[in-house]
Amino acid sequence: MTTNIEKTSSFEESGVTGLVADWSSDKQAFDMPWGKLMMWIFLLSDTFIFSLFLTSYMKVRMSVTDQWPPVSEIFALTIYGVHVPLLLIAIMTFILITSSGSMALAVNYGYRGDKKTTAILMFITAVLGASFVGLQAFEWSKLIFDEGIRPWGNPMGAAQFGSVFFMVTGFHGFHVTCGVIYLLVVAWKVARGDYEKKGYAIVEICGLYWHFVDLVWVFIFAFFYLW
Amino acid sequence: MSETGQQHPLGIYLKIWILLFVISGFSYAVDFFQLQGMLRWSLILLFMFLKAGFIIAIFMHLSWERLSMHYLLFLPPIAIVILIALMSIEGDYTNFTRLLFFDPPS
Repeated sequence: MTTNIEKTSSFEESGVTGLVADWSSDKQAFDMPWGKLMMWIFLLSDTFIFSLFLTSYMKVRMSVTDQWPPVSEIFALTIYGVHVPLLLIAIMTFILITSSGSMALAVNYGYRGDKKTTAILMFITAVLGASFVGLQAFEWSKLIFDEGIRPWGNPMGAAQFGSVFFMVTGFHGFHVTCGVIYLLVVAWKVARGDYEKKGYAIVEICGLYWHFVDLVWVFIFAFFYLW
Repeated sequence: MSETGQQHPLGIYLKIWILLFVISGFSYAVDFFQLQGMLRWSLILLFMFLKAGFIIAIFMHLSWERLSMHYLLFLPPIAIVILIALMSIEGDYTNFTRLLFFDPPS
């Protein structure tokens, strides 16, 4: 009984004293459902994977002596005769941010126990994610068939461009695809009422993954498309 | 906290959502207006870190998590920072040797 009171009260201290209290004695160190902690640790490991991809891209780009292809022009679209640079990527970025917003709202409605709104918001998020993957497929086919970009070379400049592009965006697109499937499964289970008793922490865990996918895109957008 | 989970007013999500749209618009503008040199790179990094910060702090609720969680997430990536520093030195050196031996400037 006494230990129980100590356990709950230690999580109420904040700052460094709280940090010490969390790690002191033989008890749970992180005040959250285990699934959420495991998702955070998975995302930390995923951070390392994407960081290694982007670091290798930096190394390659710093060491090439050929001209790096003009990224802004490669991803330009011509709409009604107006040439807009990087338009496709801008649209994809806004789609992903919109989906992140709807996911944040889904988490909020989940904790209110409003399962219908939560499921609808998660479904909207999944649809936006699927359209992101669709645009990426369009972008890949445009690059492969129209521009002749291959993992081993391209007509515009440094041969390494293709391998970096396909690996980084491909791995990110794979994450988005997995996220869409994950969202649809959880949304279906939310709508069915599976979490009425267990609580809606699963929606937050799902949200962590989805926001991370958006977060990775922020870095890819900055380093690969804008740099 | 663990029983009820992260519960905050809706307004903060909507504000951050709009803010992320605006910042993304700014970073797209950097390319659209073809800013070059140090100005381009510093603006790209600034908008990138702002967006990443808001996503992590608000959408992923990290600013309401405990200090233990912050350390769990921010200490290991120091290794990545060290790797980036080492690889940028290495990249420069590779470029230097390539110019010297394969592609001498005329």
